Amino acid sequence: MRVNFTVNGRRQEADDVWEGESLLYVLRERLGLPGSKNACEQGECGSCTVRLDGVPVCSCLVAAGQVEGRDVVTVEGLAEYAKQREEHGGCASGACGTSLDAAKKWEAKPGQDSQTGEGVELAPIQQAFIDAGAVQCGFCTPGLLVAADEMLERNPSPTDADIREALSGNLCRCTGYEKILDAVRLAAARQERQGEAV
Amino acid sequence: MDFLRPASWEEALAAKAEHPTAVPIAGGTDIMVEINFDHRRPEYLLDLNRIELLREWEVGEENVRLGASVPYTQIMEQLRAELPGLALASHTVASPQIRNRGGVGGNLGTASPAGDAHPALLAAGAEVEVESVRGNRFIPIDEFYTGVKRNALQPDELIKTVHIKKADGPQQYSKVGTRNAMVIAVCAFGLALHPETRTVRTGIGSAAPTPIRAKEAEEFLNAALEEGGFWDNGKIITPSIAKQFADLCSAAANPIDDVRGTAKYRRHAVGIMARRQLGWTWEQYRGADRTLEGAA
Repeated sequence: MRVNFTVNGRRQEADDVWEGESLLYVLRERLGLPGSKNACEQGECGSCTVRLDGVPVCSCLVAAGQVEGRDVVTVEGLAEYAKQREEHGGCASGACGTSLDAAKKWEAKPGQDSQTGEGVELAPIQQAFIDAGAVQCGFCTPGLLVAADEMLERNPSPTDADIREALSGNLCRCTGYEKILDAVRLAAARQERQGEAV
Repeated sequence: MDFLRPASWEEALAAKAEHPTAVPIAGGTDIMVEINFDHRRPEYLLDLNRIELLREWEVGEENVRLGASVPYTQIMEQLRAELPGLALASHTVASPQIRNRGGVGGNLGTASPAGDAHPALLAAGAEVEVESVRGNRFIPIDEFYTGVKRNALQPDELIKTVHIKKADGPQQYSKVGTRNAMVIAVCAFGLALHPETRTVRTGIGSAAPTPIRAKEAEEFLNAALEEGGFWDNGKIITPSIAKQFADLCSAAANPIDDVRGTAKYRRHAVGIMARRQLGWTWEQYRGADRTLEGAA
């Protein structure tokens, strides 16, 4: 079957999709977006977290056919998503992704790689993960970034309990989570400081 | 495999009538696991995501009409006052990502004895509205669970709405597991006080082939509260009554040994949860009472 949907503000069409296929498989194997990671395939680990119409979900548990006509943001689009959000003064839904017209005009800039993210500007949460040393093997990172970014959009001044709750669906086997918590606190503090500056 | 994408409820019912083996998929948090692991290859998947009415809820005079696909996140955030037991239960479901997709309809459809919503539904009192092209019917929650992962649905029926009694008193819910998130219940318990009818209702999860009520325990407690005039005098419930209630709840459980826990442990834990929840809810009931007295 064919599935038409929007990924990171760009319209996509996936062909020959098997009816039982997950959104995660379509993203990774058909659209060449391997940022969302495939680990448990049963919603336990959160490594495949993406935003579906703005809501964080495990893409391994969404049937491909269910995303027809809907809007998906993956870690590859997180920087652009965060930038749009900042420019349009915050937004709690997926509506602040790239507009369709803008997406149609999108062109790769020299030195940019939409797959690896090289040369692409980072979202504040991504920068905070780097600065806090919250990335070790990196496998859980994309899911954590998407989940943490969504929490900070909803709740700009989270308590530690809020952070733990928001990230409770994401497993990390390297870090012991402390540096991940540091990174989210850092991103929240920077966001707040920026808010004050404006 | 065929992927059926009805745009309306009527289309969904027609599709289910035409293909009774079609497996409904809404949040997908059960069925996609089975497909990913090759445990199940349904001939037809019936996608319910495009059907708006399943994602709507309405608070009425006596009931909350909860669409089968309303995600747990929304129950937690929006229906805490009307459905405190179910809101607490919803909060124990898996993780934020899963709560954003899964809903009570899926719990009922799967009918696992470990489904988190069941004890809360049993304690609050609920009816499941199911529909087929032949018409709709209301199944009392007590009659809905018919066996391990079996329910009272006919092959051509779909779960439409769950009609849950609005809380008229304190409700509690707890779940035993090894950690806070992503846990399948070792066992779970829900309790609702219904001061209007001067009754209590219970729900036990994951400690019998189906979710059940501890009916003997309820009858005992109803009689003991009535006899002691507790609903009127608001006194602390005598420890011997609480203990007897807890023991009867334990006795109602009919658990098995499995990887998550032993039967003995489950029986014990059900009793502990019952006793504690009776304490918590009764304190809340007395507290509300006292506030009224103080204000008068």
